Amino acid sequence: MTDYNFAYLDEQTKRMIRRAILKALAIPGYQVPFASREMPMPYGWGTGGVQVTAATLTPGDRLKVIDQGADDTTNAVSIRKFFERTAQVATTTRTAEASVIQTRHRIPETPLTAEQVLVYQVPIPEPLRFLEPSEVETRKMHELSDYGLMHVKLYEDIARHGHIATAYAYPVLVADRYVMDPSPIPKFDNPKLSNCPAIQLFGAGREQRIYALPPHTKVVSLDFEDHPFEPSKADAACALCGDDASYLDEVITDDAGTRMFVCSDTDHCSARRDAGHCGEDAA
Amino acid sequence: MSQPTLEGGFVDAPRDAAQAFRACMSAMARPGRVETLYGAAPPAPLSPAAGALFLTLCDADTPVHLAGAHDCDAVRSWLAFHTGAPLTDDRAEAAFAVGTWAALLPLADYPVGSARYPDRSATLVVEAGTLDTATGARLTGPGIDGHARLALPDAGALSANHALYPRGLDFFFAAGDRVTAVPRATNVEDT
Repeated sequence: MTDYNFAYLDEQTKRMIRRAILKALAIPGYQVPFASREMPMPYGWGTGGVQVTAATLTPGDRLKVIDQGADDTTNAVSIRKFFERTAQVATTTRTAEASVIQTRHRIPETPLTAEQVLVYQVPIPEPLRFLEPSEVETRKMHELSDYGLMHVKLYEDIARHGHIATAYAYPVLVADRYVMDPSPIPKFDNPKLSNCPAIQLFGAGREQRIYALPPHTKVVSLDFEDHPFEPSKADAACALCGDDASYLDEVITDDAGTRMFVCSDTDHCSARRDAGHCGEDAA
Repeated sequence: MSQPTLEGGFVDAPRDAAQAFRACMSAMARPGRVETLYGAAPPAPLSPAAGALFLTLCDADTPVHLAGAHDCDAVRSWLAFHTGAPLTDDRAEAAFAVGTWAALLPLADYPVGSARYPDRSATLVVEAGTLDTATGARLTGPGIDGHARLALPDAGALSANHALYPRGLDFFFAAGDRVTAVPRATNVEDT
C-alpha cells in the first residue's frame, strides 16, 4: 500500500487519457486533444509522455525510460523512479526486456517487438506550427490535407543548403493521410517508425495532444523525387563499442576541441561491449 | 438497490482497469485480433467483455446509449452504479453505444466527428455472440501485418464507414469475455 493511486493519476483522468489513446489509434497520425494534467515535474520534462505511460502501465509491466538514448540521464532516472514509486512496476535498462518504453527523442537501436509499447515525449506536436502559428489554420490544413507549406519548407532547405537540412523532427506522412511530427528524434530514426511491430504512442503535455501509430502503419518521410529522404548520422564509429551503424553523440572532451563519438543508445553500446566489441577509445 | 446491481464491478479498480485497457488498446491497435477482458460480471444481456469496456472507459463525461434489449433496468442500474455514465436515448450525442448489430442500426444516427475534429465520434460496442477470425471479411490497413479476417454482420456497412475516413465510427465486437475491434481506419472488403 502506498499513498498514491496506481500509476499516480486518478481513475477519471486515466479514463479520459485512455479514450484519447483509442481515438488516436483509430485515426493514425491525427492529434487528439486531451485535458492534460499538472504533473509533479515541469512542462518540457515529459509530462505528456508520463501521462500516456501512466494510463498505459499495468502492474506486470517492465518499464524502460530513455532520454536521447540514455538510461542514466536526469530526466530518464527521475521518470523511472517516479513509476517505481507510484506504480511499483519493475524497471530495466535493457530494451529487449522492457514491455513499455518511454522515450525522449530516440528510438532504441534494438528492434522493437509486438509485445512492446513505445511512448514518446513530444514538445510541439503540430508539424506545421513553425510555419503557421494559428491552431485554427493548422486544423484546417489537416482537414484539407493541405500540406503544400511543408513541402515549400523542405524546398527552401534545398534552395538554401543544397539538400534537405532538417535533421530532427523530420515530418512524416502517416497512412497516406496525416502529416505528423515524429517528435524531435533524429531523422536517422525515421525509417524505424514505419511498419514497426510495436504500438507507438505520442504524448504532448503542455500542448495537450495525444497521437499514435498502430503497429505496421505505413509512415513515409516527406521528400522529393530528385532529393530523396536520407537518414543520416555522424560518419564515424562508436569510440567505445566500435559500432559504425548506430546513431552517435558527439562528445567534446577538452578545451582544445578534441572530440569523440559514442553511441547515443547506452543500452545498445553496453550490450555490445559486454559481448566483446571494442572501439578505439575503449579503456 | 438489488444485489446484482452492486456486484460484478472490478475488484481492484485501478489495476483491473489498467489490465483491461491494455487489452482494449491492443485490440484497437490490431484490428481483427481477439483479446480477453477480465474482471467484469455485468447482468445479461451485457457481455463480460462489454461490461469491462464500460468499466474501463466510461464515466460522467461519456453519454452511453443502450440499444434494443440492452436498454433494460438491470443494465441501466448496473452501469449507473459502477460507471456513473449518463444514459441517453439521443444517439447523436452518444459517446458509446452497445447492443446487437440489428439493434444498433442505423449507423447514420451516431456522431462520426467533424473533418476538423474526427475524434469527436461514437464508439460502438456490438454484442456479436461469436468472434470468427478464420473466415469472413478481409481487413487491411494500419495495425495489420498483411491482412486479417473477421466475420462481420455487414461488411458493406463497415466499408462505408471506412469511406468516411478520417471521420467515422469505431467498433468493438464483443462475445463473452472476448473482444476485437474494427476502427474506421481499417479497410473492409467482403469476400
